[in-house]
Amino acid sequence: MPPIKLDETSEWKGILVFVEQEEGCIAEVSFELLTAARELSHKRGSVQVGAVVVGHEIKGLAQDLLAYGADRVFLADHPSLQKYLALPYTRLICDLVLREKPEIFLLPATSLGADLAARLAARLKTGLSAHCTQLDINGRGELTQVVPAFGGKVMATILCPAHRPQMATIRPGVFRRGERGEGQGTVEGLPVEIEPGDLKQRVLEVHWEKKPAQTIEEADVVVAGGAGVGNPEDWKWVQELANALHGAVGGTRPPLDEGWISEEQMIGQSGKTVRPKLYIGVGISGVIQHVVGIQDAKVIIAINNDPNAAIFQSADLGAVADFRKIVPLLIEELGKKSNAG
Amino acid sequence: MNIMVCVKPAPDPKRWDSIQLDPVTKALRREGIPSVLGPLDKRALEEGLRLKEKHGGKVAAMAMAPPSARDNLVEALAMGADEAYLLSDRAFAGSDTWATSLVLSRGIQKAGKFDLVICGEWSLDGSTGHVGAQLAEFLEIPNVGRVVAVEIVEGESLRARSMVELGDRILDTSLPALITVTRETNTPRFTSLLGVIEAETKPCVSWSAADLGIRPEEVGFRGSPTQTGDIFMPEMKRKAEMLRGEPEGMITEILHKIRQAIG
Repeated sequence: MPPIKLDETSEWKGILVFVEQEEGCIAEVSFELLTAARELSHKRGSVQVGAVVVGHEIKGLAQDLLAYGADRVFLADHPSLQKYLALPYTRLICDLVLREKPEIFLLPATSLGADLAARLAARLKTGLSAHCTQLDINGRGELTQVVPAFGGKVMATILCPAHRPQMATIRPGVFRRGERGEGQGTVEGLPVEIEPGDLKQRVLEVHWEKKPAQTIEEADVVVAGGAGVGNPEDWKWVQELANALHGAVGGTRPPLDEGWISEEQMIGQSGKTVRPKLYIGVGISGVIQHVVGIQDAKVIIAINNDPNAAIFQSADLGAVADFRKIVPLLIEELGKKSNAG
Repeated sequence: MNIMVCVKPAPDPKRWDSIQLDPVTKALRREGIPSVLGPLDKRALEEGLRLKEKHGGKVAAMAMAPPSARDNLVEALAMGADEAYLLSDRAFAGSDTWATSLVLSRGIQKAGKFDLVICGEWSLDGSTGHVGAQLAEFLEIPNVGRVVAVEIVEGESLRARSMVELGDRILDTSLPALITVTRETNTPRFTSLLGVIEAETKPCVSWSAADLGIRPEEVGFRGSPTQTGDIFMPEMKRKAEMLRGEPEGMITEILHKIRQAIG
């Protein structure tokens, strides 16, 4: 496709959001992206927000998308599209983008969302930024996209001056789902034809390990452990403290390498971004790659026996102590409180 | 099987603390930090070598990087790759993922027929995770991301287990195809002394933009759809109230803070 000339960028208007769904259940991040889109729309002169959903038997999802901020919902519904497949999803959405010409296109920075975003940007010859932590509109009306690099040590503002749409992926947890509204807007079915090339790939099986509600990004309390926890026996204190606070367990890279947590529990630049009301770091040194993933927590408490640990620089409350002495006492006190209450 | 492994040499993460922002030019100062292959680069190579050991063929390694990255490609040869390609040109400097993927796709096409391309899921430095899928798009082949296990079925398709947020998917994909691998895919082998010696005798080809038929304005700063504006070091400091002394005294303060946070 020929690149868009600068004077043609004005033909592109509005904002499009890709809605990720599985088995008719909308991923929370999709609602978060609608919040981001509404904020940007407001700054860009109340332009329209579109939401595109691809899948099978997805008509029922449209109302929720309208209620959380979409003005227009586009549905591509076909039995062959039930599971994400890069080739037909890219082709269908590429057609929609060329028809609707949105100025901004937001996608979730999830496994499948990022895959789709990358393919689409390559095909559309446009710019794509990854894992944006802030989005804004500058004085020239362009989308400014703040992204981390070098593990979060450096933040860079990305622009896409001469190509449209301006595409960005955003991790779950960066924005919050807005208030449910009246849900006025239009719903349009997109024509779907499956082509032979689409069949180069097929999904044989899908396994679910957990339900969406249990993800660490949505927890109000996150208790995370680092290399300082030292051994699997002591890791139980991290887990028990999380249980006592009805929170989720996370960790840094070393616990992942040790097998104490799964990849879905790793917090930081190459893992999850969390923004709980309360984060407690246990035996965490506080390397930048981790801290970048917790900076939006409302309250950060750090427990580490090294008074010089970098985590204390990023904490609201720091306890210089052996967590093996502190955490059991905390669990005991929290237990008393819940028994009494 | 002809397997092409794309790697991304990047400044050694152990030295990232010495990366500084020039207050005047707003450019990153990373001089003197040697580039290394990332952990995912090595896993991509390992997966390629294992598939070759099982199915025959050859493994090539390719990088778009400055001339100094030849050392990183020699490391790939020492691990067991049969040949290496360094795509290096001043015109490539400043390439975003779109331009990088374009350059790599031209390099792969010039290197000859391939059945499988393997990349790390993300690079050490930029970590966008976009180049694999964009490269597949330029090569007009299907791709599978976050692959943790892969096998070749009847020599013509690839069965892969791909991780997603809440579980995993098993997919069949016709060859040629591209996969990206993660930390969980395998444990890379150590380089043997013999490997290091043999690496010296293996071909390591260097191609410029002109060799790849790429005009300078198609890539680099000028050809990249994204442009980098301000660069800054984020301020993540909070004013920590520090507790020292006996655990019992700390508990009261910590519980108070917990109640403040979650009510």
